[in-house]
Amino acid sequence: MANKIARVPVREQDPQKRAANFEEVCYGYDIEEARKEASRCLNCKKPRCVEQCPVSIQIPRFISQVLQGDFAAASRTIAEDSSLPSVCGRVCPQETQCEGACILGIKGEPVAIGKLERFVGDWALEHPSPAGQTPPSNGHKVAVIGSGPSGLACASDLARMGYRVKIFEALHKVGGVLEYGIPEFRLPKERIVAASVENVKRLGVEFETDTIVGRTVTIDSLLEEEGYQAVFIGSGAGLPRFMGIPGENLNGVVSANEFLTRANLMKAYDSRYDTPIYVGRRVVVVGGGNVAMDAVRTAKRLGAEAFIVYRRSEAELPARVEEVHHARQEGIEFRMLTNPTEILGTEQGWVRGIRCVRMTLGEPDQSGRRSPVVVEGSEFEIECDVVIMALGTSPNPLIAATTAGLDTDRRGCVVADGQGVTSRPGVFAGGDAVTGAATVILAMGAGRKAARAIDEYIRNK
Amino acid sequence: MYKILEKRELASAIWLMKVHAPRVASSARPGQFVIVRADECGERIPLTVADYDAREGSVTIVIQTIGVSTKKICALDPGQCLADFAGPLGRPSEFVSEDLQTLRGKKILFVAGGVGTAPVYPQVKWLAEHGVRADVIVGAKNRDMLIMTEQMRAVAGNLYIATDDGSEGFKGLVTEVIRHLIEQQGRHYDLCVAIGPMIMMKFVALTTRDYGLKTIVSLNSLMVDGTGMCGACRVSVGGKTVFTCVDGPEFDAHLVDFDEAMRRQGMYRTQEQRALKIAEERAAGHKCRIGLDK
Ligand SMILES: Cc1cc2nc3c(=O)[nH]c(=O)nc-3n(C[C@H](O)[C@H](O)[C@H](O)COP(=O)(O)OP(=O)(O)OC[C@H]3O[C@@H](n4cnc5c(N)ncnc54)[C@H](O)[C@@H]3O)c2cc1C
Ligand code: SF4
Ligand code: FES
Repeated sequence: MANKIARVPVREQDPQKRAANFEEVCYGYDIEEARKEASRCLNCKKPRCVEQCPVSIQIPRFISQVLQGDFAAASRTIAEDSSLPSVCGRVCPQETQCEGACILGIKGEPVAIGKLERFVGDWALEHPSPAGQTPPSNGHKVAVIGSGPSGLACASDLARMGYRVKIFEALHKVGGVLEYGIPEFRLPKERIVAASVENVKRLGVEFETDTIVGRTVTIDSLLEEEGYQAVFIGSGAGLPRFMGIPGENLNGVVSANEFLTRANLMKAYDSRYDTPIYVGRRVVVVGGGNVAMDAVRTAKRLGAEAFIVYRRSEAELPARVEEVHHARQEGIEFRMLTNPTEILGTEQGWVRGIRCVRMTLGEPDQSGRRSPVVVEGSEFEIECDVVIMALGTSPNPLIAATTAGLDTDRRGCVVADGQGVTSRPGVFAGGDAVTGAATVILAMGAGRKAARAIDEYIRNK
Repeated sequence: MYKILEKRELASAIWLMKVHAPRVASSARPGQFVIVRADECGERIPLTVADYDAREGSVTIVIQTIGVSTKKICALDPGQCLADFAGPLGRPSEFVSEDLQTLRGKKILFVAGGVGTAPVYPQVKWLAEHGVRADVIVGAKNRDMLIMTEQMRAVAGNLYIATDDGSEGFKGLVTEVIRHLIEQQGRHYDLCVAIGPMIMMKFVALTTRDYGLKTIVSLNSLMVDGTGMCGACRVSVGGKTVFTCVDGPEFDAHLVDFDEAMRRQGMYRTQEQRALKIAEERAAGHKCRIGLDK
């Protein structure tokens, strides 16, 4: 099953240079590179990659279309199952999904499915198809809460079916995590996020920013007073967790959400913006997921010496492999099997260091990962002036607290079935609001499924 | 975009702005705040609602110009627009949801300091509209820094004024007025609500603790989103960490760790001072330099 052509390497910005700027790290394939990489695909009869794709993109089909140079067709193929290829091609954990299953990966390197998807997505953004006919309005209105991937995907599909859709967004800018969380150097805001949002607008979807559902309006007022026949909750999982250790309220301790929001949404790295950000000289980021990698690499780019402190080992890092690799290239230091026990402060109440213990790996826990155990007497200190907590997030309770009859589980997640149907008739939900912090592709897929369920609900009403 | 309907200077560097924001106007309750951004490059600034009129679709805010962002907001004139005006945020004051009968039996004392007079006003007004006349102490540096006195007089029971220099009313601190009312005049209060600079709220809390008088304060912590997403606004209340923007902004004053809250307010002071200097050097009339504020 070996393949004679090696995986086509992707061009990237020089690590030294990029560690000091916010431009995109990865340049992606050009046409020639994409077609060459596409030629590696065996076009399997029973494609393992498709089985592992959360939304079952017809991978070998779109790859063969790339090979033939018919990028418009490739784009249509992907569009059958995904509405955000430029985004997902960049941020999906391909190594545990499609590429992790690719047959070529058994003996060599899998097809670079993510890079090909990104290529097709970007090609489509640069070659917008002439404004397709949006179907005539069917006269029904649907409200979507949140403009992240789940909301955008749900709204697009409903608009294509003829619904009048309005997205209500709490922040001043649309895009959800794509806008406020994932940094520019990984996901360009104007070229990719704004362009993807523009496509959704072109379908006739309206946006209302600065509108907090549960405060400015409520689900009840949308359904009862504003004439919406159904509501989709795609409000994400934005509530940051802290550790609950001493010193966490010292000046210099921030959540990754705060740090990244200041940097991404509020463009603190750009001197034209008024946003203050406190970076310090030495930054410790606690956590090992994508959020931790984004925070630590942002701190580095803002001029700090930056460290990751993670309680398990390298193998358990939940971040995308590519991000960990890029972080190392950029000079991020990793302190694995290390867990903070206290944040140390100066007399004035500013962070001066972090006390940690070493960990070792014990028995596997429910998630199958070996759980970390404290090594007795292994306390030590790391000097730093900023600590960024990237420990995960959970859904914001605001909507659940203001919506009667909407069930949530112990973690505050909205209870919904595979189609997005919640305990309250007419109210649907998907994405991180239902699953807790997960991935863009899952949120996007959930939004699309809910669009079908909403259509069915309104037709049968 | 949110059109500025009216703008007045109430006192030196304190501006009142009435803004067209119909959705906020019809949902706002006493005690809540909004997040305001002047233009595309501006910060998200939390400001307590000073008045709202659902029929007119307007919300009034009062702003003291202290940094780059508040100056930017106040540099805008009627007819121009604020880029963002999101709210109402936070929980409404507790008394709004209290049983009216019980509420009418209560004696309430408000203590307002400086620009904090503005958020006290809608609370006192709401109570007056519901048949409760609350006493109000307003404190300011001097007579010229007093704001909204006439409006307040119209809705308050007794209005007491205290200035640092005695140029109007009592010469001294609001805390001395509290002691005077309770000790000399034998007043009894069931609830005290104090809104003003953090240091004033801290000392009001220390004062009322002596009398076992339940006291509520409205914290003006640093914020980014105002919706519970970042934790910038966290404070310790009763030994527990909570978020001002969603769990507050009003808290039991006797449980708040004011020293920590004041320290946390200064988290970005150096950056802010630098920004202010740059802005001043760049001369008056800041324009968003990337031209997104059209
Ligand atoms: C820093 C970071 C890096 C990440 N990296 C990756 C990655 O590399 N790969 C990957 O697959 N996933 C990644 N993720 C996870 C991924 O971004 C999320 O799973 C995905 O965005 C969830 O989409 P969503 O639509 O459910 O919610 P979100 O993207 O969170 O969007 C929710 C939106 O709803 C709005 N909202 C919330 N409450 C209200 C309300 N009451 N009223 C109105 N609007 C409201 C929010 O402001 C937000 O804009 C990352 C997440 C973060 C934070
Ligand atoms: S498993 Fe790999 S080789 Fe087979 S179709 Fe998918 S991408 Fe192509
Ligand atoms: S302001 Fe961000 S959580 Fe309160």
